[in-house]
Amino acid sequence: MANIELQNIAHQYGSGQNSPGQNSPDENIPYALKNMNELWQDGGAYALLGPSGCGKTTLLNIISGLLQPSEGRVLFDGLDVTGLSPEQRNIAQVFQFPVVYDTLTVAQNLAFPLRNRKLPKQQIEARVAEVLKLLGMTDRAGQRAHSLSADDKQKISLGRGLVRTDVNAILFDEPLTVIDPHLKWQLRTELKKIHQQFQHTMIYVTHDQTEALTFADKVIVMYEGAVVQIGTPQELFEHPAHTFVGKFIGSPGMNVMQVDLHGTSARLGDAEIQLPKSYESAVSEEEGAASSGFKQKVELGIRPEHLSLLPTGPDELRADIVGIEDVGKHIVVRAKVQGQGIDVIVKEGVGIPESPYLSLTPEKLNVYQNSYLVQGQPR
Amino acid sequence: MKTQNNKAWFFVSPVLLLVALSAIIPLMTVVNYSVQDSFGNNEFFWVGTEWFQEILNSERFHNALQRTLLFSGLVLLIEIPLGIAIALAMPKRGIGVSVCLVLMALPLLIPWNVVGTIWQVFGRVDIGLLGYGLSSLGFDYNYTQDIFDAWVTLIVMDVWHWTSLVVLLCYSGLVSIPEVYYQAARIDGASRWSVFRFIQLPKIKRVLLIAVLLRFMDSFMIYTEPFVVTGGGPGNSTTFLSIDLVQMAVGQFDLGPAAAMSLIYFLIILLVCWVFYTVMTNYDQQQGGQN
Repeated sequence: MANIELQNIAHQYGSGQNSPGQNSPDENIPYALKNMNELWQDGGAYALLGPSGCGKTTLLNIISGLLQPSEGRVLFDGLDVTGLSPEQRNIAQVFQFPVVYDTLTVAQNLAFPLRNRKLPKQQIEARVAEVLKLLGMTDRAGQRAHSLSADDKQKISLGRGLVRTDVNAILFDEPLTVIDPHLKWQLRTELKKIHQQFQHTMIYVTHDQTEALTFADKVIVMYEGAVVQIGTPQELFEHPAHTFVGKFIGSPGMNVMQVDLHGTSARLGDAEIQLPKSYESAVSEEEGAASSGFKQKVELGIRPEHLSLLPTGPDELRADIVGIEDVGKHIVVRAKVQGQGIDVIVKEGVGIPESPYLSLTPEKLNVYQNSYLVQGQPR
Repeated sequence: MKTQNNKAWFFVSPVLLLVALSAIIPLMTVVNYSVQDSFGNNEFFWVGTEWFQEILNSERFHNALQRTLLFSGLVLLIEIPLGIAIALAMPKRGIGVSVCLVLMALPLLIPWNVVGTIWQVFGRVDIGLLGYGLSSLGFDYNYTQDIFDAWVTLIVMDVWHWTSLVVLLCYSGLVSIPEVYYQAARIDGASRWSVFRFIQLPKIKRVLLIAVLLRFMDSFMIYTEPFVVTGGGPGNSTTFLSIDLVQMAVGQFDLGPAAAMSLIYFLIILLVCWVFYTVMTNYDQQQGGQN
């Protein structure tokens, strides 16, 4: 068990052929991972969340040692492990698609990582029995892995990741992708339990926000090769640091409206929205930039949960309803206000007015400058 | 009641016709010869299983069969492991892949009798590079006179000619293994041998089975190369079943025994292939049963 530190880690595929320190960055190859510095605490449960192709798996493979970063260092408990193999780093990793050793039985598969480390036989047997019980596969210990279903094969892969007790960290690369939905919940709960019991550092890669938010204490949101926010599920929901985080987390995601900002009020088309805080500095920056010919983008972000539709209101906030989706526990109303698309969540049983007007909770508004969150000063 | 759709036969009939023309009808003429005797003038007499009994009891046949089995066995023992080893050593990406593949495919593109001629000349003590070279180094090498030298020459020739086939089949199996298996093995701390034993070998087992079957059939039926290189000699030491058969049928014009021998030859190949197939496909199930 160890805390994991990334120092100036960056990666380009295809440059320098995996020899750290000696290669110069190639201008023509895009960075799969942009320069990052992170410190992840020992015993934490982290989730790496982001869309496909944002560099999650690359980062994971750099931590496990399957991939050598083109720049930077990886440290475990302050020790530089950048040049070490996955085996030397003592890492367990579970992959997206099931990997089983076809000719071995279920029990032999689980024993494989332990046998390779030459553990005493009794210890192996005891540990394998424990993991079998955990996976609920004790009755199939002697079955050949080849004949199992995809679900069960992935459970074995998961089991091989959990069978070693002395690992520095367990990494999961979208491990539940191929698993049946009802089993997903069960396994995720099991993982959570295992984490509480053994306090391994766990890093869980996923593009599924539910999975990330339920599994992890801290969620790391990645976007285009960079970490855009690290926070607790609540922080990510209330104060997304980047419009991407706002849109990515939540269903439907945060509404992002392009506005003109003047101190404490924002202009959305003809509508004037009063803000609870002052964004004087942002405005001055904007004016400065405007004079130099560079237009800054200022946006307001608000969750659909913090919007409502009222029968009366100012004319400028009239909402034209484009579509209504009943998702069961609530209704998602897709509307247009001042020409901008806005989603509103309306609770089940609350009526939608004939000619609705948008109403928003100002405290829940977030202001974004060039897609990044801006902190306002109290008035 | 189960409805029968006889139209299916209509679709199968072209294939049946083709197979009949190409295989069954020629085979039936052989069957025809094998149960009759002829003294010329197109006169035939029914002899039943007499020719079969004669062949099965003949020492000449036994010796040729033993030689052929020995040859196939040696060829398989060398070519299969060597082929796997070369396939494992081949690069997985980059320019080296095409270079290796072309080099590997070259021997397969050379006609059988040309291969025979190449090695016949190559091994000659008077002018051949190999024969002359070995002689000058002090080795008493002469494939036309020494039985051991003749066998070594034939086996080395076959290995040179056909290991490529095993390599190409194994290589195709190896490159189809997803990278994630190797990654998982690295995480699990597997040794190089474990990776081969538990990942690569199980994954190439099917193509390996095809390689073994093809190499067995081809080597068991080998004719052209030994005919060109040694002509079955010295003495009868490299007279394999195929050479023996041709001597009997064309040299001595014993059509009846030759036909009987052809059928026995055919059945042996069929039987051995079936045994190989059954043993190799059952192997995993037996493995799974243990523990």
